[in-house]
Amino acid sequence: MLRFLSYTAVTGLGRGVAAHTEALANRRSALLPCRFETARLDTMVAEVEGLDATPLRADLAAYECRNNRLAQLALEQDGFGDAVRAARLRHGAARIGVFLGTSTSGILETEIAYRHRDARGALPAALDYRRTHNSFSVVEFVRSYFGLAGPAVAVCTACSSGAKVFGNARRMIEAGLIDAAVVGGVDSLCLTTLYGFHSLEVLSATACRPFDPERDGISIGEGAAFVLLAPGDQGVALLGIGESSDAHHMSAPHPQGLGAQMAMQSALRDGAVAPAAIDYINLHGTATLANDAAEALAVSAVFGRPVPCSSTKGATGHLLGAAGALEAVISALALERGLLPGSAGTQTVDTQLAAAYRLQPEQAALKRVLSNSFGFGGSNCALVLGVA
Amino acid sequence: MTAARTSDAWVEAIGLIGPGLDDWPHAAAVLRGERDYVPARCALPMPPALPPAERRRAGAAVRVALAVATEAVTAANRSAAMLPTVFAASGGDSDNCHSICEVLASSERFISPTRFHNSVHNAPAGYWSIAARAMTASTSLAAYDASFAAGLLEAVMQVRATDAPCLLIAYDTAYPEPLFVKRPIPDAFAVALVLAPDRTERALAHLTVNFSNDAADRCEIDALESLRASNPAARALPVLAALARDRSSSVVVEYLGPPQLRVQVELPS
Repeated sequence: MLRFLSYTAVTGLGRGVAAHTEALANRRSALLPCRFETARLDTMVAEVEGLDATPLRADLAAYECRNNRLAQLALEQDGFGDAVRAARLRHGAARIGVFLGTSTSGILETEIAYRHRDARGALPAALDYRRTHNSFSVVEFVRSYFGLAGPAVAVCTACSSGAKVFGNARRMIEAGLIDAAVVGGVDSLCLTTLYGFHSLEVLSATACRPFDPERDGISIGEGAAFVLLAPGDQGVALLGIGESSDAHHMSAPHPQGLGAQMAMQSALRDGAVAPAAIDYINLHGTATLANDAAEALAVSAVFGRPVPCSSTKGATGHLLGAAGALEAVISALALERGLLPGSAGTQTVDTQLAAAYRLQPEQAALKRVLSNSFGFGGSNCALVLGVA
Repeated sequence: MTAARTSDAWVEAIGLIGPGLDDWPHAAAVLRGERDYVPARCALPMPPALPPAERRRAGAAVRVALAVATEAVTAANRSAAMLPTVFAASGGDSDNCHSICEVLASSERFISPTRFHNSVHNAPAGYWSIAARAMTASTSLAAYDASFAAGLLEAVMQVRATDAPCLLIAYDTAYPEPLFVKRPIPDAFAVALVLAPDRTERALAHLTVNFSNDAADRCEIDALESLRASNPAARALPVLAALARDRSSSVVVEYLGPPQLRVQVELPS
């Protein structure tokens, strides 16, 4: 059985598991009016504070960018770094893999560099594409940070990336190629996603309101979440993973959430967990009209009963390629700390969406939790986590 | 824990497109030395299986990825809708990325919605799933110059974890200026492999993958070696040469250096 030996996260809500538990228990949101970089958009974002004051370790300065700073900050919360270093001592550097989800990596560096092209159009010499912008940059950074020498890859399936990495890690552990894996997701604010979602007219002007009848779009957040995954007897277990494709549209969900249903069913089957055993669903819940409607239909088709559920994106914003990893961490803390998260931002529950949607956080002993992540390109992933 | 699985799979079919290489039969003849390699710009065929709206929006990455996927699936005589997929590429659609960065550096900052949804790394996977009506699991990976090896390794992992076939598609496309200076990939190259857990009548070869600390193999023909070194997907060429030559051999493919990926190629007896 694969377990979360250590896990952590940094988002606009704070640094580490305790900060996230406190924020979720108090229904706090990190969303504030967007003042990021030169973005001039009427929207709210959940920005991570203090990244300017946390440069990368000197030997890894070539990887300097917002995204890798965010990764480094998270790697040293909750003793996560110590757990990885202990695993490296125990198993050897070549026996630990790194599997991280990201959607935009350090593209912000290139966006800024394009404003500083010379008379011939050339980019500034200082721009290091490989170590900042490229999707693999954050993986290479984390691998180098711990001196690991095992397999490594970035998963870039848009907003399902941070969930799908658990599958990559599990397959390689079960194949006997590695003993443990650093899995997670890192995505940071950049102009491409802010202006891109703006162009799709799915960026809310207010803090996003998942499953609210007045919901009118997403709010973007940034963050990093990491899990050290390895066989074990204690801690949160990775019970099931389900992956599917919508095969419908590049940026709109299947209207009945057919792909989402398949992902959830496949995760439950994979974990040999009956739908009736799920105590809480951490929804993808982006707060667009179409996404929430499709997900509600899918949940109702799979479970056929009102399962307590909520989206935590009103608290953290949508972390895009890191959302799946963050929500796995939130699901883990929900299991271990007996906290059923509510939904910051949502005022009332849309009665059109047949769901036992929770606005307020509750104390609850949870045994089995399912977490949904869906992305552009119709990429779906569901995780089933459990304790005891 | 159950006993470790073997990291192996059967190759059932291959699809390929590259500079001066039209398809797999053409490339195989070049790799066997039966035909001269004549470099030319890589063709970017329109994907016929896509609905017209999606076809118009398809950039170079989508076109080469779908071309090789279609060639391989057709040659394997398998249903595209039933195959899980692993896509592997160092980068996404770089023309699209360039346009977005130019717009973001301007005062207008209006990105077209199509450009934005085409900017995701998994755009080829999304378009393929629509074209093939494939609701199967699909992943899209990136590992810079190690992307082909990372994709092959993951596809073999998928085959063993699911005990079912899997379609691997590795591709990378040309970078426009000024990004080209930072990432000098001069032209497109794409390769697809249909991998299966068991030997069928379609089996071309058996692959076993392992980590290795040896140096990556190069191509014997100079022009092909230039191609191998110029595009992350073309790092597949030494494995493809072994497959084309119809003889068992062991090839080291560029991976993370260290580790590299050793691929044992065995022909069915």
